[in-house]
Amino acid sequence: MKGLLLAVAGLTAAFLSSASAADKLDPSCSSCHALAKPTDTSLDRLLARKGPDLWYAGSKFNKDWLVSWLQDPKHIRPAGYPYFKNIKKGDKHDEPDPSKILAHPKLNKADAEAAADALMVLKAPDDLVPAGAFKGDMKGARMGALAFIKFRGCVGCHQGENGEGGLSGPELTDAGTRLQPDFIAAYISDPQRFDPHIWMPTANLKDLDIQRLTAFLAQLGQGGK
Amino acid sequence: MKTQMAAAFAGLVLLLTAPTSHAEQSIEQIYGIYCVQCHGLNRNGTGINVPSLSVKPRDHTDAKSMGDSSDEELTKAITEGGLAVNKSVLMPTWGHVLSEDQIKDMVKYLRKVCKCGT
Repeated sequence: MKGLLLAVAGLTAAFLSSASAADKLDPSCSSCHALAKPTDTSLDRLLARKGPDLWYAGSKFNKDWLVSWLQDPKHIRPAGYPYFKNIKKGDKHDEPDPSKILAHPKLNKADAEAAADALMVLKAPDDLVPAGAFKGDMKGARMGALAFIKFRGCVGCHQGENGEGGLSGPELTDAGTRLQPDFIAAYISDPQRFDPHIWMPTANLKDLDIQRLTAFLAQLGQGGK
Repeated sequence: MKTQMAAAFAGLVLLLTAPTSHAEQSIEQIYGIYCVQCHGLNRNGTGINVPSLSVKPRDHTDAKSMGDSSDEELTKAITEGGLAVNKSVLMPTWGHVLSEDQIKDMVKYLRKVCKCGT
C-alpha cells in the first residue's frame, strides 16, 4: 500500500513537473506543438497538426543543440511539417512547395536557454524511451550505414550522410548532435508507439539492426568522432 | 411543396454528383499521407522522395503493370513490404500502421486508380 502511495505521489510529481515546465514555454509553442501527451490519437489530429509533438522533447533532443537551434532555426524537415501539406507537382516528380513551409520563430540566447531548460523536463515515460535502449557499441556504425543506405531503405525518406536522401522525413545529417541515442533506438523500433499514425513505417527490425543504425546515426554531425 | 421538392431534388443532384463517397475520401487521405511520399500526387511513382530512390516506385496508374498483380499480391506488398513479394526493400511494411480494413480499401482504391484488375 505504501509502495502504491509512493508510486502515485511520484507520478503526480512528474506530471506537475512536466505541466509547470510546459507553462514556462511561450504559449505560442503550444499552438503548433503538443507539450503534453495528446489524448486524441486519431488520424484527424495528424491531419490538423502544424508541428511535431514535443511532449517527450527531454528524452529526444540534446540540450546544447536545442539552445543553438532555437537561436538559428533551420529546416529539419525539407518539406516542412507535415510534409504532405507542403508538396506540389513538379516536372519530373513532386517537390516541396517553399511558399507553404513556415519558418520557426527565432529566439534570443536567454529565451533559447529558458525554452531548452523547459523542454528538457518533458521526459518520455521510461518504458517508451528506456535508458540503455542503445547499448553504446559504436563499432556497429559502418554496418549501420549500409543498413541506412541499402538494406533497410531509410535513405529513401531521410537525408543522411552528405545530405543525400529523401525529403518526407526529417534530415538526419546532424542526428548525432540533435538526438539522444536512446531515443533514436526506441523510435526506430516502433515509431507508432510515439505517434500512432506517423508516416514512418515500423520495419520490424531485429535489435542488432537497431543498434547498428543507432550507432551510425549517433555519429552523424559529430565531426567524425 | 414546390420548395420542398426543389430542395429534395437539389439534395439528390448533390449526392449523385459528389466526386467520392466518404469512405473513398478517407482512403484517399490515407494514400495522401503514407503512399504519396514515394508514389506521388499523380499516383504514377513520382513522389518527392523519388530522386533518392534506387528503384522507381510503382506507377499505380499503369493498367498493364498493376493488372498483372493480383489483389493478394498487392495486399501482401502493402502489409509486409516489397521484399515479401520479391520487390524492393524500399517499399516498406505498412501492416503495423494501417488496419486490415484500410489495406483492403487501399487495394480497392488502387484498382480504381489503375482502372484495371478485379
